[in-house]
Amino acid sequence: MESIFDCHHQRPEELGALEIPGNLLRRELPLPNPSELEVLRHYTRLSQRNFSIDTHFYPLGSCTMKYNPRIAHQLATLPGFARIHPACPAAAQQGLLHILAELQEDLAELTGMTGVSLSPAAGAQGELAGVAMIRAYHRQRGETQRQRILIPQAAHGTNPASARMAGFVVTELPNGPDGDLDLDALDRALGNDVAGIMLTNPSTLGVFERQIQEIARRVHESGALLYYDGANLNAILGRVKPGLMGFDVMHLNLHKTLATPHGGGGPGAGAVAVGPSLLPFLPVPRVIHDGQQYRWETHRDRPHSIGSLSAYGGNIGVLLRAHVYLRRLGAEGLRQVSAYAALNANYLMAGLQAQGYRVAFPQRRASHEFIVSVADLQQAKGVRALDIAKRLLDFGIHAPTIYFPQLIPECLLIEPTESESKATLDRFLTVMAQLRREALEDPEILRSAPHNLPVGRVDETLAARRLQVAQ
Amino acid sequence: MSQIPAELRYSESHEWVQRLAPGHFRVGITDHAQELLGDVVFVETPAVGQTVTAGASCGVIESVKAASDLFTPLNGEVCAVHAELADNPQWLNEDPYGQGWIFELQGSDEDFAVLLDAKAYAQLSGS
Amino acid sequence: MPYIPHDAEETAAMLSALGLGDLEELFSEIPAELQASTLDLPTGLNEAQLRRQWEASARQQPDLLCFAGGGAYAHHIPAIVWEIAARGEFYSAYTPYQAEASQGTLQLLYEFQSFLTRLTAMEVSNASLYDGASSLVEACLMALRLRPGTSEILVSEGLWPHWQKVLTSLLSLQGITLRMLPLDPETGYTRLPSGDFSAAAALIIPQVNRYGLLEDVDQQSRWAEAQGLLQIAVVQPLALTLLRPPGEWGNGGVDIAIGEGQALGVPLSAGGPYLGFLTTRKTHIRQLPGRLVAKTVDSQGQTAYCLTLQAREQHIRRATATSNICTNQGLLVTAACIYMAVLGAKGLREAAARSHQRAVALRRRIQELPGVRVPFAGAIFQEFRVELPVSAVAFRDYALGRGILAGIPEQELDPNADPRSLLVACTELLEETDLAQYLQTLREFLQES
Repeated sequence: MESIFDCHHQRPEELGALEIPGNLLRRELPLPNPSELEVLRHYTRLSQRNFSIDTHFYPLGSCTMKYNPRIAHQLATLPGFARIHPACPAAAQQGLLHILAELQEDLAELTGMTGVSLSPAAGAQGELAGVAMIRAYHRQRGETQRQRILIPQAAHGTNPASARMAGFVVTELPNGPDGDLDLDALDRALGNDVAGIMLTNPSTLGVFERQIQEIARRVHESGALLYYDGANLNAILGRVKPGLMGFDVMHLNLHKTLATPHGGGGPGAGAVAVGPSLLPFLPVPRVIHDGQQYRWETHRDRPHSIGSLSAYGGNIGVLLRAHVYLRRLGAEGLRQVSAYAALNANYLMAGLQAQGYRVAFPQRRASHEFIVSVADLQQAKGVRALDIAKRLLDFGIHAPTIYFPQLIPECLLIEPTESESKATLDRFLTVMAQLRREALEDPEILRSAPHNLPVGRVDETLAARRLQVAQ
Repeated sequence: MSQIPAELRYSESHEWVQRLAPGHFRVGITDHAQELLGDVVFVETPAVGQTVTAGASCGVIESVKAASDLFTPLNGEVCAVHAELADNPQWLNEDPYGQGWIFELQGSDEDFAVLLDAKAYAQLSGS
Repeated sequence: MPYIPHDAEETAAMLSALGLGDLEELFSEIPAELQASTLDLPTGLNEAQLRRQWEASARQQPDLLCFAGGGAYAHHIPAIVWEIAARGEFYSAYTPYQAEASQGTLQLLYEFQSFLTRLTAMEVSNASLYDGASSLVEACLMALRLRPGTSEILVSEGLWPHWQKVLTSLLSLQGITLRMLPLDPETGYTRLPSGDFSAAAALIIPQVNRYGLLEDVDQQSRWAEAQGLLQIAVVQPLALTLLRPPGEWGNGGVDIAIGEGQALGVPLSAGGPYLGFLTTRKTHIRQLPGRLVAKTVDSQGQTAYCLTLQAREQHIRRATATSNICTNQGLLVTAACIYMAVLGAKGLREAAARSHQRAVALRRRIQELPGVRVPFAGAIFQEFRVELPVSAVAFRDYALGRGILAGIPEQELDPNADPRSLLVACTELLEETDLAQYLQTLREFLQES
């Protein structure tokens, strides 16, 4: 069976009487009627055409593809949580609300922040909430002229997109040759029209921004605030608190750092955490304890809030999984996460360098990820980062992130995460050594890869020109 | 090596301009630009009658992995657009100076005269 | 440590390969004072300890007969749905950027898009957004991009109040104004005003509305067209299996149709994660936010699938992207797609019809009770509004003691609503005996109060 729509049986309907005016009723519903076994087989077979963490090493930079513990899934989907209707009164969901209140506190402790709202549905929505809080803060102080947000060129694309959605104009800042921010450029950019700066630390270049305290001082002195993009929090988990680095507001990507599943592209959860200055503006609803019981707060409890981001309290099922993970690891386990994430990344970086691969910042310690550029292979043999990525798939290894950050030509951003064993990393090194040999001796094998997958290289140009997007 | 026809004028943002008649110009993107973009999948042209300002964005060119603003090298009023590009975006790759033209405008010959010539553009684009 | 495979020997070998003495040296570039703080979190627990704690917490939520709706519904979820959706190959995969390694997810998303375009009779569907309310925000932003120079959206008061709040908080950031169209207090239907709407981009048409009523959507669609407005339909996917789809409303269908997909196999889970969907016409495809999958071929000419139009997205266009969204709701889409497949056209329509019939029956019998009023007589899908002689919260709390979630006191969604107003919803899960128990509980409550 090619598609579920090929699978159609005629089955008479037993609808009964409908009290709906005839002009509002539809004439036909062009959907299939497969049997249950046909459905089971079709989607099981589709699942087998995927790479996943459960089946493959997945060193996808900036995505933190760590193991997603099954206990988190089982506990989060216990009927006592899964069946709760969002309009259920607080009295009938005290167990859940207690857990969420604990998660708020745990995340505040983990980040060195004062208050947490769990409601953002994903990292990007957390970013939007964060910059919206920065906007609300300046407005309340009458500084409506602060219309600009500063963002390093290497930042995740969501940063400028979120800033713009919050009504800001974006100014990009350059990084210096060692990967740290160009402080002179920062000084030139700062002024009384700047609302804030969005940073990731360690940065998207795979190195720790060593001048962060100085940056924070200068930004605060100019009256602006610092936003921390939590995408790379795994690198410093349990070790460095963004609040202590001087950040005023941040989001966490729970689906990265706290091991909730990526699910083929979601759902995420993008809790936001703030210092004292932004507390009044946190998105509603948070879970609060009113002296008698836990309950969701309303806009009346937090009148200066930037408001609600979704109809209910956020991606509860994801939040529960994150909390299971936190409590399973505990304080010491969390510190070990960043230690082994860094160990694995540095081990791979050194191994690849020894094979002749060029890393972007050889003089620097890698964070939990690092950048390799194959610009040399492209010049010598016409082998691009894309070709390396596709050829890796042939060996059952998911490709690293490619062409990000955009300012490093032909780059691969590699993040092994702490879940991977030395044996897996050694195998990756062996495969990468073979790929380098192939690139130099027989580059066509890379350019036409993959060769061993259910499909060969997919024609994305035809897809975009033809735009066949539904059957 | 990308082609740079000697009879055309160029902008720093990689558009070419052809003078069809006094005050009447045709615009497209250069061979170098199409190489940088890769396979073009969509062209959003300005509208006929639209007034465009030199250096400002007046459309979008989309490839699989990139979307670039289309800039007009000259001030003027758009008098024709190449409607067939909608179904044939690949013409920008295959024949950027011919079938891949994008729009025409009424503008001033003085503005045209100060655009880059082929030699200057060759230097700029490193070709 | 949980989930970290290295033993001491392997750790030592790796450190030695790096010329390092211990793990702490990996952080030598980070200023020491930044690493000085302690982490005041509990010690880790093992699986058995966690399970015991969490099962106790889960038991604190009573198992209730659910008569609450408001955009989230307790429909039956066939066992097969999450058996497949929770398979590791779907559960632990990333966004399908590497098409060759993601054909499963990609084809599934393509099928989801196909289900949604057929259900709505629209031409294009994205691969989902966060939830219904955020899909509506994205639809408004899309309409504003399609109508440059406008800064207003017309919204019927019939839109869920909790969705109205989301629109307000997110659209106000960009200086966009919501202009509300009031409901007729007699009928509960949207009143179409006269006036100058030249600053507005679109009209939002909710079908079903906040009182569960089915409105004359053709009239609203034609009115919007006459004003030169784009049309955004807010629809419920299960209702659409019976109702005329937004692609056929008015003269030529709406421009954008969005909705909440929770009813399609997604557990209620206290409010999320759910999935939103957004469908539109092909002419608007370049303003579509979110992920989109296309069918194409591979190097051998076989059918293959890939993400397309990525150039619109934040990772390429950055500040000029159509949206900041990076994710779709992949796992929930997986569940929704399997749900629609396993119910099929027949099962979906029957589930919708049963839900409708239960609600119609309950509404009819409820208004026979003394003092209870059903203010609007119009046709409904699966939800309706009643006015009790006393506070709706009081009845909700009373019924809770009888194991019934009796509905949503409207005031909890909208502080300005009548405190006696209760929104009651039914699904196919409710049996005749459940309706009887509801009525009996209400009768006893009214006698006691």
